[in-house]
Amino acid sequence: MFAFIVRRIIQSIIVMLVISLVGFSIQHSIGDPVRDLVGERVTPAEREVIRDQLGLNDPFYIQYFRFVKKACKGDLGLSFFYKKPALEVIVSKAPATIELVMVTALILILVSIPAGIYAAIYPKSWFSRIVMAASTVGVAIPVFLTAIALIYLFAVELNWLPSFGRGETVNLWGWESGFFTWDGLKHLVLPSVSLSSIMLPLFIRLVRAEMMEVLETEYIKFAWAKGLHNRRVWFVHAFKNTLLPVITVFGVQLGILFAFTILTETVFNWHGMGFMFLEAVERSDTSLLVAYLVVVGVIFVVINTAVDIVYGFVNPMVRIAGTK
Amino acid sequence: MKAWNRFKSSYLLYSFKRDPIAILSFSVLSVLVVISLLAPVVAPYNTYDTSTFDIMDAETPPSWMEEGNKDFILGTDIQGRDLLSTMIYGLRVSLIIGCGAVLVQAFMGILMGLFSGYLGGKLDSFLMRITDIQFSIPYLIVAIFTSAIFKLAFGVGRYEELAVPLLIIVIGVSHWPIYARTVRASVLGEKNKEYVEAARVIGLSHWPIMYRHILPNTMTSVLVLSTIQVAEAVMSEAALSFLGLGMPITKPSLGSLIRSGFEYIFSGSWWITFFPGILLIIFILVILLLGDWLRDVLNPKLYKG
Repeated sequence: MFAFIVRRIIQSIIVMLVISLVGFSIQHSIGDPVRDLVGERVTPAEREVIRDQLGLNDPFYIQYFRFVKKACKGDLGLSFFYKKPALEVIVSKAPATIELVMVTALILILVSIPAGIYAAIYPKSWFSRIVMAASTVGVAIPVFLTAIALIYLFAVELNWLPSFGRGETVNLWGWESGFFTWDGLKHLVLPSVSLSSIMLPLFIRLVRAEMMEVLETEYIKFAWAKGLHNRRVWFVHAFKNTLLPVITVFGVQLGILFAFTILTETVFNWHGMGFMFLEAVERSDTSLLVAYLVVVGVIFVVINTAVDIVYGFVNPMVRIAGTK
Repeated sequence: MKAWNRFKSSYLLYSFKRDPIAILSFSVLSVLVVISLLAPVVAPYNTYDTSTFDIMDAETPPSWMEEGNKDFILGTDIQGRDLLSTMIYGLRVSLIIGCGAVLVQAFMGILMGLFSGYLGGKLDSFLMRITDIQFSIPYLIVAIFTSAIFKLAFGVGRYEELAVPLLIIVIGVSHWPIYARTVRASVLGEKNKEYVEAARVIGLSHWPIMYRHILPNTMTSVLVLSTIQVAEAVMSEAALSFLGLGMPITKPSLGSLIRSGFEYIFSGSWWITFFPGILLIIFILVILLLGDWLRDVLNPKLYKG
């Protein structure tokens, strides 16, 4: 087990190095740190002096080495637009995205597990048929269309819910939270519902498939034969074994949700990390862009490694495969 | 003629005729593809020609509504272009990018998967490590990043000119690992079979064995994967265009049309978003349904069992 964890961590370090190399080459080839520092009203001769001082004329690998060393200390360069360290900008935008993903995950769990279990227990009922048909169609609907439809219905026509921004937020020890005001919660509804619509079809199908498989196993038949109550068989015996694969997929998909926040944040003008990223592209803010790439890389690598290690504990087959 | 007869008595056609969903989605898909390929002939207006539309016609509602104009069946967009024609041209752009991107990813993935699976060893572990790394990052993030970088590197004007080939590359590069994995898995299944050994015994070298003998036997899984990947690619293109990283509004794809309409939805011009959106959903849905059907039919476990 120890060897497995070490191997997995080494692998994730290599992945991070590759990501940082990509990030650095972008910065190296299209970014202009001198502009980031002094703006555009400086003569070429002075620029050259600054370039020398910053070490921008050094060979590529020396600069890359310096980049990695600074990144390990949390210094990812200066954002041109915000005039602040890029990491600081990202951290200030992170709460919005994290809260959105948290609420979305909550919706996913609360909807997909009951719906999936119901569809597995009563596969022929009209409710299950509707759920399954809806999940087939749901896969084909891009998230921004769901979001636009929700906005049109609830914000433009009915005028029930706001569709723009985060609303009132409370500052809790530096964390801008929308959880504690009525206005903030109202602003969360539409973005999180549309974000959860991406994963909902997948999760309902997954829970249903796993549950149906478990219901066919011998030990469930035995539980029926023992004369146990319906609810005990379904929710105690079957449900437990449904959960394991669901949790694994959930961990991985949580990372993908972060990717899709870029789309939902654009539609709802939600000032989180994804929105900031697109602004950075429009303003050619290369350092901020690279910093975002590195931060997102860290998030994915950490999630993937954690899921793998947890899974290694639960399922011995994973940690044995790969050893020779 | 012989091939036609073989096709007529094949299991594929037999199960196709028995599946109403497959027939329906196939006919819808063929109609959409034919219309979009014949766009210059079918569309009422040529929307790439700025002289055919007038900004004064902008945001005309569909013809059956009160302020509608019967010249524009589905109304006009924000620049006064006929929405129906713009959608037909947009579908064509989406289709070209979708198919082009699938060709790129299939080419890269098949090549890598074939070498990786057949030659094995160090090359295999190296290539599979690369796919591992790329798999750990969602394809949409990869696509968004690459297109953002291209946009910065080329500058906005140049990027819009080159949008179609660049998007094909971006989407192709972000999706190829799944092909490599699939092809590698089927190659591993095939390479120890008797016919490959026989080919080796008669003294063929690696390349003809890979290309002439193993590759055709991996095509079933590639075909099933490709239908689903076309839908994925069209969706990615729409997402990129919606974010402003894809097709420019002068030559809109369905995604950029939806983006342009979204800005006007608060003023009540719902049709600019609604009709392209519906078309996009239908297009993706029929491809996915067809892909599901194809997977069920071509999966030998299910009927030969």
